[in-house]
Parts: sequence; structure tokens; C-alpha cells
Amino acid sequence: MGLARLAPLAIGAFLVSVGAAAERGRDGHVGIIYWQAPSILNPYLSGGTKDLEAASMVLEPLARFDESGNLTPWLSASVPTVANGGVSVDLRTVTWKLREGLVWSDGSPLTAADVAFTAEYCLDPAGGCSQLAKFDDVTSVEALDDLSVRVTFGVPKPYPYGPFVGATSPILQKAQFGDCKGARAPECTEANFRPVGTGPFRVTEFRPNDVISLEANPHYRDPAKPAFATVTFKGGGDAAAAARAVLATGEFEYAWNLQLAPDVLRGMRTAGKGTVVSSFGTLVERLVVNLTDPSPQRGETRSTRAHPHPFLTDLAVRKALSMAIDRKLLVEIGYGQAGRPACNVVPAPEIYASKANDDCLRQDIEGAKRLLDAAGWRPGPDGVRQKNGVRLSILFQTSANAVRQDFQALIKQWWSKIGVETELRNIDASVFFGGDPGSPDTYQKFFADVEMYANNFEGADPEPYLGSWRCGNEPRPDSQWQGENMPRYCSEAYDRLLAEMAETGDIAERARLAKAMNDMLVRDYVLIPLVHRGRVSAHARSLGGVRLNTWDSEIWNIADWHRIR
Amino acid sequence: MPVYTVRRVLVAVPTLLLISLILFLLLDLAPGDPTAQLPLTIPPEVKENIRRSLGLGEPIHVRYLLWLQQFFVNEPLHLMSQLTGIDLGGDRHRVISWQTRSPVVDLVIERLPQTLWVVGLSYVAGIAIGLPVGIVSARHQYGWFDQLGTFVSMVGFSVPTFFSGVLLIVVFSVEFGWFPSIYDTTHRVTGWDSLLFQLRQMAMPVTVLALYNAAQISRFMRASALDNLNLDYVRTARAKGMSERRVIFVHVLRNAVGPVVTVIALGVPGIFGGAIVTEQIFKVNGLGQLLITSIQASDLPTVQTLTFVFAVLIVACNLLADLLLGILDPRIRYG
Repeated sequence: MGLARLAPLAIGAFLVSVGAAAERGRDGHVGIIYWQAPSILNPYLSGGTKDLEAASMVLEPLARFDESGNLTPWLSASVPTVANGGVSVDLRTVTWKLREGLVWSDGSPLTAADVAFTAEYCLDPAGGCSQLAKFDDVTSVEALDDLSVRVTFGVPKPYPYGPFVGATSPILQKAQFGDCKGARAPECTEANFRPVGTGPFRVTEFRPNDVISLEANPHYRDPAKPAFATVTFKGGGDAAAAARAVLATGEFEYAWNLQLAPDVLRGMRTAGKGTVVSSFGTLVERLVVNLTDPSPQRGETRSTRAHPHPFLTDLAVRKALSMAIDRKLLVEIGYGQAGRPACNVVPAPEIYASKANDDCLRQDIEGAKRLLDAAGWRPGPDGVRQKNGVRLSILFQTSANAVRQDFQALIKQWWSKIGVETELRNIDASVFFGGDPGSPDTYQKFFADVEMYANNFEGADPEPYLGSWRCGNEPRPDSQWQGENMPRYCSEAYDRLLAEMAETGDIAERARLAKAMNDMLVRDYVLIPLVHRGRVSAHARSLGGVRLNTWDSEIWNIADWHRIR
Repeated sequence: MPVYTVRRVLVAVPTLLLISLILFLLLDLAPGDPTAQLPLTIPPEVKENIRRSLGLGEPIHVRYLLWLQQFFVNEPLHLMSQLTGIDLGGDRHRVISWQTRSPVVDLVIERLPQTLWVVGLSYVAGIAIGLPVGIVSARHQYGWFDQLGTFVSMVGFSVPTFFSGVLLIVVFSVEFGWFPSIYDTTHRVTGWDSLLFQLRQMAMPVTVLALYNAAQISRFMRASALDNLNLDYVRTARAKGMSERRVIFVHVLRNAVGPVVTVIALGVPGIFGGAIVTEQIFKVNGLGQLLITSIQASDLPTVQTLTFVFAVLIVACNLLADLLLGILDPRIRYG
């Protein structure tokens, strides 16, 4: 984004801040409701979104993503790049410079030692740090002086913005967490519940799984912010109740993540007390096609690459399955404002989103039938297509939830129109996503022909996510069924692109590679994208400054929130 | 009776140990994973590391014995240190919740007030309404009051709280705006105004639960009173010219209230169990909500501790009910 385009925004923001009496705490109290209650305020001991976002009011990273997915300096003076000398030419070290004059909410200065300590805290093997993946390949983090810290990687990192970036990796205070490393991490209840931060608010009371009371941080770097003196962050209940509290009764001013049926939200909005806002990240609801044989007769080697799938290895069949789906109808029924039809597994940010696959938006039952005819799949006596004694009969599994069950029923109907028989299964989410190697029902084991779930990637760089589908990353018995390559996809051409991306630092070139890989996955129909799912939240009409962000914490800019009179 | 009491308490110890073992096995063998709720963007190796840091790598009997030690030795020691101010083993591990990484017992203590306020008060209200309604209904069987009482308790019994609760919210919060739909657990009663607010925010959840409790208790009371009203001693009392008031309150009530007391005493553990659905609807976030969120998050230490505490309460209230009955009915003697 050019400076010229930012200028009007900056002037607008300036006028607003001049218009109101620029004084911290001028707008009194604001109530936020999350229907999942935060359990802990230390993002390194919890990966849950509710906990990360609650903590984001208090703890801050060096840089974070703005609402369009662009990296923005936060506690650092600038984002280090190769161009500004912050990233070394061999792509192995990054030097972050902190802003000058930053202090913690207890008044002590924030230094590079705190940043180095944060890395030490998460990298401790006994700590069970949830954000360990952010520190992949980090060999050392050292404070060079009070304001600069150098991160060294063991391999060249073309995208080095893992550690200390975004709501998942904020800076902890060394003085507070010094005695809480490793196995002692869970004992520091006081620190985990009331972390000292640099953010606009500090915790006055934390009731786990219930409510957090916060007050404006007296040491916050901008003397005019935050506009609110106190915050109540209530958790619990369900999405409908949260939406009601903002849109219908006005008891709260902000409600998070309202996964509700489109007509329910529409009904509540008529009260006129609030606005529903939506924003799209990278979450895509998709079908995954199993390229290996899940038949129980295969015993131990069931759903492994030892046995190719009897009919889903045929590209024509996979393509026909995709062509038979009406994505627009799925969106309308399941998500409304919170979804749009998806043809890509990497739907965003803008520069990474391919436009080559938009033909999937049109449902084409007749075309799918012709395709199957041409491939030699003829309807049998019961209407199910077959070839050489193999019937197109699919076991389709997903996690139990109302929208997914609706989708299953619709897709089954469409597939029956093209002569494919479908048996539906749904599994409790905690089992399906639980990853227990002893359970036959996990999405990793994939003892079915097709499965449906949603996935996304964190931050704005798709490289690790695209790396999921490399050869050898498929779950299998000798990896204890761990791995992300659910379709058991293996393509040399794909792996070559991936290797190329790992050595490319230029953003435009990375975007080209990412699109090419996305197109391979989608054109091979091993992943069939259905719906690009957004985040829907609601705020009171009187609450200003909300910029819904799906790339970082949703309430990332709470310092700028204010009351509109 | 003291001998009897001691014997009952002694029998309760192995029973409770057995219960704790069964609970532990049930919870452990049930499918579920504490890292299942984490986003898919967290890689499996990291999840495995988290599971190990939670102690899930240990074999099942080690984990059970560890829990026993934490709950029966470390927790009481900690409590003693807190009360006396003398350090009796501050470094010992307490039962730690996987979700919040904080001691489970502290969570329970934090949640007790709102559960007792809302669920306890609704139980008291239920008794206060149920007993008189039951007696009057029995005295005027098939009269208009009895019919009305039957109808209301039918409604109380058969309409689930998740329906009546949401109905009340839609009518009184959304339409009229009289009561808040979300309970503020941080509210402290400091004066008349704040007391008024506390009453307002309790009004709807207490009403919903009290209706249910009153329905139950009034039916028991009515049935029990009817049993007695048809007995010979009542007829004798009336024949002797005793006033109706005296017949009902002195003779019938004393005899009829026994079974009802048992029912009431056995309902007490239910108060501590919280009213899961109602707490969820009104966001009271008491013990019931703690239990349900812990189950959802596969937070085994919390679920195990909570369910075990409920088991203890149930055993204790059973004993209490038996002893109370002995006091109320002199014919019952335990040897």
C-alpha cells in the first residue's frame, strides 16, 4: 500500500483524535463478550484463540499483521527486511530494533533481554510451549544491546517472521516469568493469570473460564490512548447469546466470532443496536480426497501409499465430484455473510490468491456425467456407475456439527445425480481432530474415501501450509499417524516448487510459486475447496474504531477503540 | 446413634475410593484429547510435546496414584498451611487444571459463591413454595387450588430449563429490558443499589430453577400429606373436635414431612453440582459451567476432582438424610 493511499486515512484519524478530548480513559467502560471463555492469559501455554485474543490486550509482539494481512511494526521500530539491512543476505539472521522509551505496565523499561528471554521460555523442552512451531529452526536469540535483538536460524529463512510476530508470539517480561521456565511453567498461576504487558490494558481481576476485568495501562506509550478506562471481557454461553447481548439487548458492545445461521443474525440485527462485521482470512472448508485404499481388508497398511485407491486415483472421477457441487448454495445455506464460494486452498492474502480456478463456481452436473462416461464409468442396474467391477461408492466422513451435516446431505444428493453412491459418517470433533493414534476415527488416519473439514494457515505466509502436501508428510503407521498430507498426495513437480520457494526471498516470486502450487493441488482435485469462511463479529453502533482482523488478534487495535457520541 | 454414624462413615471411605477409581478409569478411557481444541495450525509434534508436559506420557496407574496423593495429601496440607500460616509443604504439587494451569481447588472455591447464590437460593425458594403448595393442595384435593398447582408443577416438570430460560430472556431482557441476560460474576454487593442489581440479575435464573424445584417438592409434599390425611389418626383427631389448623400442622405435617426431608436432603448435592444448563444460559459461570467446559476441553484433573467432590457430597447427604429422619421420627432407631 502506497503512502499516498494512506494519507487520507492518517488525516482522518488525526481529525478524529483532535475532535475528541485526547485523554486516556475518557470514554469510560466497554464490555466485550466471547462465547468461549479465556482460561489463561499466557499464549505460550495455550493455543486457543480465545486465550490468545484476550491476552492481546495486554501482551504485544514486535510486529503484527494489520487487517489486510500486511506486516506492521508494533513494539519494533520497523520490520526488518533484506532491503533495510535487518535481514542478513544469507537469510539466516534477523535483527529487530525496539522502539525507544517502551515501558511495561509496572513502569520498568522493556529491553532486548525480555525478547531474548521470551524465546528461551518457549524453547525450553519441558515447558510444553504451544507456539514452538513459531520458533522452528531458531538456533539462538541474543540481545545485542538494550534495544536490538538478533535471531539466528540454522537454515536460510526466506520468511523469518515467525518468532515475536502476531498475537501467538508476544513478548513476556523477564522479571515476571524468570522463575517460570520449563517444568515450573504451570506453577506460575499468578503470572499466567495477570501477565505484565506493554499493551493498552492491564488485568485487575482474572477469573479463569469466566471473566476478565481490565483497566487502562497508565504507562501505555500513547498518552491519549486507550479511550476506555476499563474493560470487562466476559466469556461463556453460546454464540447466539453473545450476539443477542450486543445486537438485541445492548448489554455488551463487542461480540466475537458469531458462527450463527444467517437468518438468526439477520433477525437480531433488526433491533438496530449494533452492526455485524465480517472479514476473510485463509480459512477454507474443503473436501479431501483419499488417494489410497481405506478398505479394512488392507489391515495395517490401510490408507497408506502401499495401496492406491481403487477409483479415486482416476482424475476424471475426482474432477466430476468437484463439478457436481454448487458452492454458492452451500454458502447461502451454511454461512451467509460469513462465507463465499472457494476455488482455492490459498484464498488470501490478495497477492497469493490464484484466479485460475474460478470455473469451479458453476455447478455442472451434465458435464460431470459426460466426463465419467468418457472415462468409461457406466451406470449399473442400481444407477451407480461402475467399471471392471469397481463401483463408485464413497464413504464420506466429517466432524459432527449442524452445518457440516447439511453440507454432507447436499453433496450426497448431488453426487447421486452423477451416479456416485455416498455413505455418510460423522464423528465427534474431539475424536476426529484429537489425533489419538489408537482411534480409527481421526482425520489423520482417514479410513474413508472423502473427508471434510476446514483449515487455514497462520500469519500471512503460505509456505509451511503448502509444505503440508509434500511427499512423505502423509500420516502413516511409522509416523504414529502424524502428518498433514491427508490426501496422501505425492508429486515430484510439486516438491520441486516447494524446494524453490524455500530459497526464494522475493515476495512477488514467492507469490508466483504459491499460486502454482495451489493450482496443482486444486487442478489435481486432491483438495476440493468449498467455502472460504470468514470471521463474523458484531459491535454496538456506539463503538468506533473497530477494524476486524483475521490475520492477528481480532481486537488487535483495541487501543484505538472509542465511543461515538 | 453415634456408633451407627461412625460405622456409616467408615463404610463410606472404601466406597469413595472405589468411586474415584471408577471415575478416573471412565474419564481416562473415554475418547478425547486435551489438545483437540487447539487450532489445526499447531503442528502435531508440538501437540505431543504439550501432552507430555501435562504428564500424559505416564502410565495410567501412576497418574491415578499421583492424583490420589495430590488430592488427599497435598491439597489438605495446602489448606492447612493457608489456614494456620505455617508452611506444611508449600512446594508440593496440587491438582492442576490442564486448561488454566492453576489449582483446581482454587477454581472450585472461586465458583462456589455464584453457584450458591443462584442455585442455592432457587432451592430454598423451591422449598418455600413447594411445601405450603403441597399441603394446601392435599387438604383441598381436586379443588381449584390443587388443579392450578398440578398444572403449574406439570409445566415446571415438563418444560426444560433451556427453553424456559431463553423464553424469559427474550421476554424480559430483549423486549422489556427489565433484567440483564448476562450474569455479572464480578459484581459485589456493597449497598442498597448494588443489592438491587444483584437481585435483578438473579431474578431470571432463580425463577427458572425455583419453578422446577417447587414443582418437584410440592408433588412429593402433596402425595405424602394425602397418605396421612386418609389415616385413622386424622379421623380420630377430627372426631375429638380438634381444630383443622391443629390437625394439619401438628399431626399431619409432622408425619408427612419425613419422606419429603429425605428428598430435599438428597437434592442438596445437586446445588453444588450447579445447574449446568441454566448456568450456561444466563452465563452464571458457576460449578456447572466449570464442569461442562472442562469436559469439553478434556481437562481430566478438573473433571475428576469435581465429579469426585460431588460423589462425596452425595454420600454425605445420604447419611445426613438418614440421621435427620431418625430425629424427626422417634420410631426409627439405628443400632
